[in-house]
Amino acid sequence: MMAFSAPIIFLFASVLVACVPARFRAPILLITPFAGLASILWFGMGTHAVVSVQGFELIFYRIDTLSFPFGVVFCIAAFLAGLYAWHVRDVVQQVATLGYAGAALGGVFAGDLITLFIWWEATAITSVFLIFARRTPGAMATGMRYLIIQVLSGVLLLAGLLLHFYDTGSTTFGNLGLVSLGTWLIFIAFGIKCAFPFLHNWLQDAYPAATITGTVVLSAFTTKMAVYTLARGYAGTEVLVYIGSVMAIFTLFFAVIENDLRRVLAYSLNSQLGFMVVGVGIGTELALNGTVAHAFSSVLYKSLLFMTVGAVMYRTGTSKASELGGLYRTMPVTMVCCLVGAMSISAFPLLSGFISKSLIIDAASKKGYYLAWFALVAASVGAIAHTAIKIPFFTFFGHDSGKRPAEAPRHMQLAMVITAFLCVFIGVFPGTLYAILPYSVDYQPYTFSHVITQMQLLCFALLAFVYLMKVGLHPNQIRRVNLDADWVYRKAAAVALPAIVAAVAAVNRRARDVAMDGLKRSMTRLSQFASPSGLLADIWGVNAMVSVVVALMLAILALNLF
Amino acid sequence: MMDQLPALQVMLPLVGAPLIILLRHPVWSWAFATLVSVLTFLVSVALLLQVSDGSIIRYSIGGWEAPTGIEFYIDQVNAGVALLVSGISTVVLVYAYESIKRSLDSSRHYLFYCGWLLCITGLIGIVITGDAFNVFVFLEISSLSTYMLIAFGSDRRALVASFRYLVLGSVGASFILIGIGFLYAATGTLNMVDLAARIPDTESPRAVLVAFSFLTVGLLIKAAIFPLHGWLLNAYHHAPVAVTAFLAGTATKVSLYVLVRLFFSVFGTEYSFGQLFLNWVLLPAAVAAFLSMSLVAIYQTDLRRMLAYSSVAQIGYIVTGISLATQTGLTAAVVHIFNHGMVKTTLFMAVGCILYRTGHAHIPSLDRLMSRMPFTSTAFILAGLGLIGVPLTAGFVSKFTLISALIEQGWGIAAGLILLSSVMAVAYIGRVIYLILFRESRGPAVSNEGYREVPISMLVPMYSLLALSLYFGIFGGQSLSLAGSAAETLLRGYP
Repeated sequence: MMAFSAPIIFLFASVLVACVPARFRAPILLITPFAGLASILWFGMGTHAVVSVQGFELIFYRIDTLSFPFGVVFCIAAFLAGLYAWHVRDVVQQVATLGYAGAALGGVFAGDLITLFIWWEATAITSVFLIFARRTPGAMATGMRYLIIQVLSGVLLLAGLLLHFYDTGSTTFGNLGLVSLGTWLIFIAFGIKCAFPFLHNWLQDAYPAATITGTVVLSAFTTKMAVYTLARGYAGTEVLVYIGSVMAIFTLFFAVIENDLRRVLAYSLNSQLGFMVVGVGIGTELALNGTVAHAFSSVLYKSLLFMTVGAVMYRTGTSKASELGGLYRTMPVTMVCCLVGAMSISAFPLLSGFISKSLIIDAASKKGYYLAWFALVAASVGAIAHTAIKIPFFTFFGHDSGKRPAEAPRHMQLAMVITAFLCVFIGVFPGTLYAILPYSVDYQPYTFSHVITQMQLLCFALLAFVYLMKVGLHPNQIRRVNLDADWVYRKAAAVALPAIVAAVAAVNRRARDVAMDGLKRSMTRLSQFASPSGLLADIWGVNAMVSVVVALMLAILALNLF
Repeated sequence: MMDQLPALQVMLPLVGAPLIILLRHPVWSWAFATLVSVLTFLVSVALLLQVSDGSIIRYSIGGWEAPTGIEFYIDQVNAGVALLVSGISTVVLVYAYESIKRSLDSSRHYLFYCGWLLCITGLIGIVITGDAFNVFVFLEISSLSTYMLIAFGSDRRALVASFRYLVLGSVGASFILIGIGFLYAATGTLNMVDLAARIPDTESPRAVLVAFSFLTVGLLIKAAIFPLHGWLLNAYHHAPVAVTAFLAGTATKVSLYVLVRLFFSVFGTEYSFGQLFLNWVLLPAAVAAFLSMSLVAIYQTDLRRMLAYSSVAQIGYIVTGISLATQTGLTAAVVHIFNHGMVKTTLFMAVGCILYRTGHAHIPSLDRLMSRMPFTSTAFILAGLGLIGVPLTAGFVSKFTLISALIEQGWGIAAGLILLSSVMAVAYIGRVIYLILFRESRGPAVSNEGYREVPISMLVPMYSLLALSLYFGIFGGQSLSLAGSAAETLLRGYP
């Protein structure tokens, strides 16, 4: 039975890919997600593949209304990523992609904490190869940093689950709540993978460092699996509302000032995760539906955005805003897809973001979390400004960079068009997505007030962007602007945003410098101590060794005799 | 015939060794040594099957009954360890043929294989004997032959390494001998079952205390427990790699077995850990071992040395389990003795394959090894993941048990430190995996191109051991239940 579960199918496929000749590999990448989806549907709702090991009951395949939508969207994302990566001939990346998708599916379908831990570690180990595979000197360092943070998260999860087990005698993965040290540790472990504020740096560090296709794959799985685990274990935990609000806002500033478009997307991904975390924190049926729906649609539009930026990078070799511009002439299909993705993330009516984001925002206001409500609305505006307008504008319009790259390859176009179609489809027929949400949905997104509010937000954000560009204050030129207090005072309203941006950026940079400096210094000292010629590793001479023996002997004798 | 199996277990390699001197021919001596090792292995399988139902074999040598004569005492625990020794010896011997042919002058092969058989005689003897003095005798046989095997290393630093081990090993062995002497003086017996019965009501508890202390330190040296691990690093680094692979899986493990047997069965758990606070010695040493040695391993530039430091760290895990003196803790220790034995031997065999083709094991010049030696690289990576303790590998089973044992006792901090140390293991193994898979050469080019895979006779033993360790990783429940009943036997003491 277990062999036919979706995660195992993916793992088998990844082993298979490693063994077969090159021409069969890409097709396997495309077929496997369908097999996985078929397995999910064939097994149907319920708990399957339960194994008892040493008194622990391991549940490998729990399909219920919460895990089902995640499983489906993971299969879709794996298919799209496989199609997008059709040209890749690097077997390491192909194996890692399938293994990683399988591990993420395993995590989502795990019914107990031990099984979850196994897959939790597996996602870390498989995904790091997508970063390594870039094969630049920096990729090694980034990959190792990423791996160590991810493994640390796994280690916390393991410690937490054991403590939890000794507290309660159970390893079932249900609602945990923040009740003991064990559950706190598990919470932090989830928080690392979910990129909570101050635990988030791995995301912006690693995602832009992966290969072009690798980033598309990475963006889909790890964080959404973490959102799922939070929704499963900590639904209704109030602190998540505040964490999520901070997440949604906090990362905006960095997204605005960032020049590397893949990094902009990584920051905005983090901000979108904030929405889902708020939804989990509210914990009502409406909010959880919103979380799942938003996870579903954000996997799609985030993949789409990463694909379009990746396609540009594939053709031009760069993803820096300052080096791009005017590409609409030669890459029209990519441009249109990018606009669809951008409009989705800014919750344009008739697109996927609109029908999922409003669930969470409404849930916040219904439950009386007005601060969170405000934060989410502000973050929506921010998302429009920093992602939805910035990315298409600087890539395809803006000042002409003189680059005339060819349109993206056929298979990339196809992958992007399919994803764009799904975004539109879900937006136009929200019932299809609402049908698979955990709780029955009694919600109508297309009311007059919703649409009007959203259009107002969009217009306001567009206005702000145009205004900032016109007066030359858009943060891309920020480094040339000389800020001083008097100037801020006179143009307070117009300058508020960039000033805050600059201040946060400066504080952030300063803090990072100090921290990195301290870290570097202590690492140097540690490495001197532990290096092959350092004290710890030095091979002591025979005399020294025998002295140690004698000293220890005396110590033990003393300890035992007295 | 079946009655004589315990004697055969030791006599086969002991008699085989001098016969090899008569054979002299390099190939024939290898073939004969392998044959003897296989037979020894079969005998240990048969013995394990006999005792697997929980029964005990007591075999009196020459028909002299127990307290007077020497006896072999075989139960589930030591039959398992004997199986580990003879099994790993067999696998590595098959592997050693090509490896030794290349690194050692053919006129000395017969000496090498003779030493090897003596070494397994000693190791298995230590394990199955029921007589304290006999432990010392077999210990000397194994130690002397080990010094000899290490000295066969291809460069002259092997001689220094061997000498260093000889000094430390002799100090250790003499401490053990002194300890045994005091025990005899206090109780008037050398038989271990008898000792266990007489120690509680001895007339001179002081002498027993002194014996206990000497035995502790002696065994700490032999088992390379931090800070008495100094001999191990150079020995593992400079010995012929087949020897390192064999020793890494067996020698320290056998010493750990003796430690466990003495402290739990002969002195008794209550005495060692209740009255004498053995855990106050063992636990700090173990924690210091896995923290400092994992850290040092990160900075090593030679693969053999890195693995040697990691061995000391892993022994730290085992000792942590022992120092708990609980059912779960001891289960973790026993299961890790086996799992780590298999994994580390596999790793050293992979290193041997790399050495076979490249002549060095310098980590920075391993780049892109995957494209030149795919099978060796795959084996190294899989075994490396087992060393880290990634889920679904053998290492995970033991680490998980160990951490649950610690938390069960409320030693959460130690559990945290183990997790920290396994993050360090990710760093030192991950670095090598990255190099093997990805990095283009940056340093001075070391005529890297055109390595071929090693001969099949090296790959097959390596992969069979790897497969076994993966099997025990995926079906961890089986090895855990075996180790659990072994731990129970140990804690219960002699019947």
